[in-house]
Amino acid sequence: MAVSLICFFIFRYMGDPVMTMAGRYATFQEREEVRRSLGLDKPVHVQYARFLWNAAHGNFGKSYVSRISALGLILERFPATFELATTALCMAFCIGVGLGVVVALKPYAARNRLIMAGSLGGISIPTFLTGILLIMVFAVYLGILPPFGRGETVQVGFWRTGFLTLDGIMHLILPAFTLAMYQLAVLLRLTRAGMREVLTEEYIKTAWAKGLPPRKVIFKHALRNVMIPVVTITGLQFGELIAYAIVTETIFQWPGMGNLLLTSMYESDRPVVVTYVMLTALIIVTLNIIVDILYAFINPKIRYG
Amino acid sequence: MAEKRVKSRMLHSYLHDPSAIVGSVILFVFILAAILAPWIAPQNPYDLEKLSLDNFLTPPIWMEDGEAPYLLGTDDQGRGILSTIIYGCRTSLIVGFGVVLIAGTFGIIMGLLAGYYGGWLDAVMMRLADTFFSFSTTLMAFLMLGIFGPRGVFIVIIAICIADWVRYARTMRGSVLEVKEEAYIMAAKATGAGDLRLLLRHLLPNAIPPIFVVVAVDLAVVIMLEATLSFLGVGVPINEPSLGMMIAIGRNYIYAGMWWMIVFPGAALVFLVVGINLFADWLREELNPKIERRA
Repeated sequence: MAVSLICFFIFRYMGDPVMTMAGRYATFQEREEVRRSLGLDKPVHVQYARFLWNAAHGNFGKSYVSRISALGLILERFPATFELATTALCMAFCIGVGLGVVVALKPYAARNRLIMAGSLGGISIPTFLTGILLIMVFAVYLGILPPFGRGETVQVGFWRTGFLTLDGIMHLILPAFTLAMYQLAVLLRLTRAGMREVLTEEYIKTAWAKGLPPRKVIFKHALRNVMIPVVTITGLQFGELIAYAIVTETIFQWPGMGNLLLTSMYESDRPVVVTYVMLTALIIVTLNIIVDILYAFINPKIRYG
Repeated sequence: MAEKRVKSRMLHSYLHDPSAIVGSVILFVFILAAILAPWIAPQNPYDLEKLSLDNFLTPPIWMEDGEAPYLLGTDDQGRGILSTIIYGCRTSLIVGFGVVLIAGTFGIIMGLLAGYYGGWLDAVMMRLADTFFSFSTTLMAFLMLGIFGPRGVFIVIIAICIADWVRYARTMRGSVLEVKEEAYIMAAKATGAGDLRLLLRHLLPNAIPPIFVVVAVDLAVVIMLEATLSFLGVGVPINEPSLGMMIAIGRNYIYAGMWWMIVFPGAALVFLVVGINLFADWLREELNPKIERRA
């Protein structure tokens, strides 16, 4: 396991996409700067090298627009995105896997067919449409949930959280559900397919024959084996989650990193965009490592091997 | 002979799967509407001479204040919603098929080469594919367009292709690796077939079936992606029709209760994607090697 981790690390960093991307941005950045102050027309590779050097030391430059350190600007927005994404992920995972199990047990019941049709809708409705429709129904027509912003937040150390106030949680429901929707549908379909396959296996029949209670058969014997691909797919989809977080944050004017990225893009605020990309890559790598560890925990072969 | 049997079996299962038929009929209707757009749309929403701001924000025809040619109402520029949807679907389908064609072709070639030759080409491609994948197609396309800027449908296609081709390359490579070990490939090699002949005549046709499923699924993904990008304002430019853009405009009027500007284009988009997904579901079951072995 440790070896796989190390290999993974080396693999990731050797094929780091971010460096190339930063390079691409650096050439643009250069052009900008040349236009601005005619003194800075160094060759691209010098610029790039300097950029790498600075980035390695945690210096990502200052935002063109606000003249604040780009890293600081993004880190300030990080808690909002983190809370949104984790809530959405938990929602997608619990509801998706839960419903998937329910549906797999009785695939032809009317209610479960309805759930499956819903999941087809779930993967067919783009995130931005889900968000807007939810705003329309719950905020505009029913008026029971707030349509935008983060509501009241509480500062805990450097972390500004919306979990601790009722207002904050109310503001979280719609965006989190919007972000969770697509993943929820994907996980539901995956769990259902996996469960249906596993439930026909011999060892499940053995478990039933032993007279084990249904809960034990379903959760301990069947679901556990289904979880391996489910967790893998969840891990592979982190990138999508972050991408859709940009969409969700835009719709709900959620003060997170994605929202900042979009504004920065409109304003051609390159240092912020570059920093965002670097940081996102770092987050994805970290999450992938966590999934690797989780994977080893679930997979009995590694655990007992 | 065998080829014919496979085909007739597929036709049989197609005719007995209502969701596959519904899916392909939906897709067909959309394609037809897109091709015939200039003749069936009540007006050309992007012909500035025919636009009149007097008709802006008209509700659908069955509501009070609804007006004659605008069956589903108009937007803030006086464009008929129905006409814009028809033209917008045209954009969606052009981008969808364009990406599938270009990214597919490039990906298949890369996958063939990587799978067949292996070595450094394979190593570089797989590493690239892994990084692209963990970054996700959506994020990559978004960043690409951030660099290019909203300049037209063609740029959107190229940006999505750059992010998307690895999906095909990966599938193709896996499939080639499997087929490469088959006896008939060795037999062809033994008869002295050259690399090119081996690749095109023997590997390509035998390794390609899994790609069809990817194409079907990807078409739906790309259409949603184009709408998302246009919604965010980095996709097609403002003077070209797009479902995503329509919804973005409608969003400004959400509190004014002008639901038709969001609901109709949204419904069109969802119908199109559901249709493709239904068809893709059927195709996946059909080309699943497990099922084929049983038959």
